[in-house]
Amino acid sequence: MSYTDKIKEVIDGSDVAIFMKGTPAFVMCGNSDRALQALRRAGAPVTAVDILPDPGIRQELTAVSGWPTIPQVFVKGELVGGADIVEELESSGALEQTLREKLGDDYAASRNETTVSLA
Amino acid sequence: MSTEPLRQLLEEAFPDATELDVIDRTGGGDHFQVIVTAGSLAGLSLVEQHRRVYEALSEPLADGTIHELRIKTKGAA
Repeated sequence: MSYTDKIKEVIDGSDVAIFMKGTPAFVMCGNSDRALQALRRAGAPVTAVDILPDPGIRQELTAVSGWPTIPQVFVKGELVGGADIVEELESSGALEQTLREKLGDDYAASRNETTVSLA
Repeated sequence: MSTEPLRQLLEEAFPDATELDVIDRTGGGDHFQVIVTAGSLAGLSLVEQHRRVYEALSEPLADGTIHELRIKTKGAA
């Protein structure tokens, strides 16, 4: 399976997916950390993908999403944005609202963080 | 790179901007904060607003001139 297929599988199959530099346990970039912290504050369940193991992951991710920078956050298959947008939506309360609409009112009850390795 | 070429690219892409600023966040010429408020951004989602900024700066993003970009956009009323 190519990265593209695996990437699409994670995007479409996860409630909330974040493509980041590093993992939630060991974040390798300030912006990935900003987005992850905002998701945690909102109580979002998170499926994380580290894009660093192979430059091909990032290349194919950007081809899929049309978004040039990392991190990239998706909710139910839809691009929400990068660190700036996720932070902005979290502080205005719009992120929680989106999560409630797309995942249901009790989305935070099943909160967990999983890491998926593509390489 | 200085902020001037970036500002020029944004001015071309957003001739209607009521607020437009480029800040070199670290002084190193590769970490930038961009602020754009424009009528042409009104009614667009934040994702679409940021896409417009990325399109305007696609060259310096692609060639690595911009290492990190923070974006703050607003649709002007």
